[in-house]
Amino acid sequence: MAHSVKKYRGLMDWITTVDHKKIGILYFAAGGLFFVIGGIEALLIRLQLMFPLGADGESWLLSGQTYNEIMTMHGTTMIFLAAMPLIFGLMNAVVPLQIGARDVAFPFLNSLGFWTFFFGGVLLNISWFTGTVPDIGWTAYAPLSGTEFSGTGSDYYAIGLQIAGIGTLVGGINFLVTIINMRAPGMTFMRMPLFTWTSFITSGIILFAFPALAVGLIYISFDRLFDANFFVTATGGNSVLWEHIFWIFGHPEVYILILPAFGAISEVLPTFARKRLFGYSSMVFATALIGFLSFMVWAHHMFTTGMGDIANALFGVATMLIAIPTGIKVFNWLFTIWGGKIRFTTAMLYATSFIPTFVMGGVTGVMLAIPPADFQFHDSYFVVAHFHYVIVGGIVLSLLAAVFYWWPKMFGRMLNETLGKWSFWLFFSGFHLTFFIQHFLGLWGMPRRVFTYLPNQGWDTANFVSTIGAFFMAAGVIVILINVIISIKGPKAPADPWDGRTLEWSIPSPSPEYNFKQLPLVRGLDAFWLEKMDGKKEMTPAEPLGPIHMPSPSILPFFMSLGLFIAGFGFMYRGYEFDSALINSLFGNDIIAILGLAITFVCMFLRSVYDDHGYHIEVEELQKEG
Amino acid sequence: MSHAEAHLDKLPPEPEKATLEGRNKVLGFWLFLGGETVLFGTLFATFLALRGSVLDGPTGTELFDLKLVAAATFILLTSSLTSVFAVQAMHHKNVKNLMIWLGVTVLLGFGFLVLEIYEFYHYVHEGHGFTTSAFSSSFYALVGFHGAHVALGVLWIGLLIIQLKVKGLNTTTAPKVYVASLYWHFIDVVWVFIFTIVYLMGKVG
Ligand code: HEM
Ligand SMILES: [Cu+2]
Repeated sequence: MAHSVKKYRGLMDWITTVDHKKIGILYFAAGGLFFVIGGIEALLIRLQLMFPLGADGESWLLSGQTYNEIMTMHGTTMIFLAAMPLIFGLMNAVVPLQIGARDVAFPFLNSLGFWTFFFGGVLLNISWFTGTVPDIGWTAYAPLSGTEFSGTGSDYYAIGLQIAGIGTLVGGINFLVTIINMRAPGMTFMRMPLFTWTSFITSGIILFAFPALAVGLIYISFDRLFDANFFVTATGGNSVLWEHIFWIFGHPEVYILILPAFGAISEVLPTFARKRLFGYSSMVFATALIGFLSFMVWAHHMFTTGMGDIANALFGVATMLIAIPTGIKVFNWLFTIWGGKIRFTTAMLYATSFIPTFVMGGVTGVMLAIPPADFQFHDSYFVVAHFHYVIVGGIVLSLLAAVFYWWPKMFGRMLNETLGKWSFWLFFSGFHLTFFIQHFLGLWGMPRRVFTYLPNQGWDTANFVSTIGAFFMAAGVIVILINVIISIKGPKAPADPWDGRTLEWSIPSPSPEYNFKQLPLVRGLDAFWLEKMDGKKEMTPAEPLGPIHMPSPSILPFFMSLGLFIAGFGFMYRGYEFDSALINSLFGNDIIAILGLAITFVCMFLRSVYDDHGYHIEVEELQKEG
Repeated sequence: MSHAEAHLDKLPPEPEKATLEGRNKVLGFWLFLGGETVLFGTLFATFLALRGSVLDGPTGTELFDLKLVAAATFILLTSSLTSVFAVQAMHHKNVKNLMIWLGVTVLLGFGFLVLEIYEFYHYVHEGHGFTTSAFSSSFYALVGFHGAHVALGVLWIGLLIIQLKVKGLNTTTAPKVYVASLYWHFIDVVWVFIFTIVYLMGKVG
């Protein structure tokens, strides 16, 4: 039976969509926007540090307070609102296609995940307009995050991330179930492309890491808004507890980010080297091992906290263990391109440059894992250099490789290769110019998170150089944005522009809303490549042509997230003194908070009570589309 | 044979796993419970770290009344059993019994909540409020989170009974019943740990 379904257009289409490809684009748009915001913040940081002092002997650009705010929002935005969503965008765009599925397991929750992330991010950034910006670093250490030392900005941090975190958790569960239950016939686990594998492991890490952050953030909020005592030493609380909770989440978080990046590299290299991935099963094994070890090493962020020699030694050794599976990966990548017929497209440039850059970040990571050495490096620019090598040199370079690689599939248009190469050289050289010298700044004693420094300590030139590099990177990003804008009118993308190996290249670009007219039959690793080598142009179908069932669009996820957003404000300002008595009583009596939660719960109720029967795309329609 | 019964006969033996949506829901819910385990694990770890910081407030040994808690435990564990009966009734396609057993489960859950609210009320009177000490904050966070889960479960299963009444048992409602019972068991398991770690260990000192 065919149910008629409302189809929306324009803005309503985007707000109500449950199509994973559109949600992927939403993640790209929002994540890209936050990346630009975080990038502008980075430029301001670097501008400020370009010169230690102005002519009058005062700070020349930013006050200490403003610097702390910009630095905090830069880190928080980049991690939670730029890198995470861009990765989720890629997973949405690619994973269902790579496993030969028509959709994700929970289309409705997929949309909910996006909207909670989005509203959490908006809430966090509204702090710029209320003038109470988080200024506690992205790590929000106690007691700095308590009421004694920070204001409403810390509430924006705790509640904004809380809401955004719900979306991440929901997304993680969605991808786990999608990959376990929705694979096409013949797509066994050990035939899954590596990007899917890494997305799978990353989703597992999300599932076990994010709840810890949720609890930690609740504690901060309870301490601040309801006078609880979790991290308040005077009433028996323990501020080191926050460090443990944060890093039990925080270290796995960096692997949540890097594993899909590894996955993307493992797709791009074989395609442009025209060789299969070297050591596929060892890659899978290394990914799983890294996922497991990522939970065992959190205290390497706390060597200087005073945990004692034995704990420090154990966590140091555990950390170094991660270098083994990571090393396996690096050698596998090298052997993949070794002797291949390499085509240096923009995607390939980004992917190959990723390898040495990421290795440099990994090497400084092992250096930091040596506790006595870390006592020297800790909280110095050496650390800033290290994590930007893994984050920008690792995650961002591979994300850019992935963007150039999958863009045709997502948008149906080609990006311009000349502009692409310009962007690569600007970004890549700018990156090393900015961050390489920061290793030395750190070794020369410059501490992290300072807004100024005394001149003539040997740091001036290095800081100047570093800032110049940041402008090269900014130029690279601008060229990418121009490329994106031009591509709207650019050449149409063929189904398989790169001579690809995996299933997503066997269907049109952009893929139709149902992805696969007939589910494909998978005969091995690199499923599409196998068929091409047999002289075929398409996958062999695993089922006859039939009507396809689709989920209906829904506005509920949007309103559920909006409810949480409103409730967030209700809680944040419950103790605040407003001028108007009416507003005071609305917030003070938790009426706003309850109203917001009520919106969310009513939406949940509606979702539970009204079954979604979806609709069918009939065979005639499928045939009409060719 | 009435129309409804004929429809029930066509239902497969395990209706919760009959459709892909159903299987997705069950698997997704298992994974969600994995995340919940970490959530409660963090709450437990915090409680263990802070349980000694009682300051001027009463200690666990002074506060806890094991008789009341044992009664609450008994009620909650029984409700786990009745939720099993509900799922069994579902597999026998006996919608009436299914609704009855779910109803009993809800009632028992509600009884547990009444005891817990009474208990908290009593503690506050004894000078053990949420803001008294790090011990009290972590106590209320852990036990209160569990209580909130029970309250949510009561509302959820209550809503499911109404849905069963209106829509009957089918491949959409069956997975809902099944995951609700998973949720309920999970809450029970958490309570067993709370009983041991908070109350028994607290009584020992
Ligand atoms: C694109 C160019 C970037 C530049 C020029 C840049 C620059 C900086 C600088 C100078 C700091 C040090 C602030 C201080 O310690 O005083 C910083 C901190 C940080 N950056 Fe970046 N960054 C960039 C990109 C990124 C990206 C892409 C990420 C993550 C995905 C990121 C994550 C962080 C984090 C987590 C911090 C620490 C913030 C804190 O101390 O709380 N950065 N960045
Ligand atoms: Cu770490």
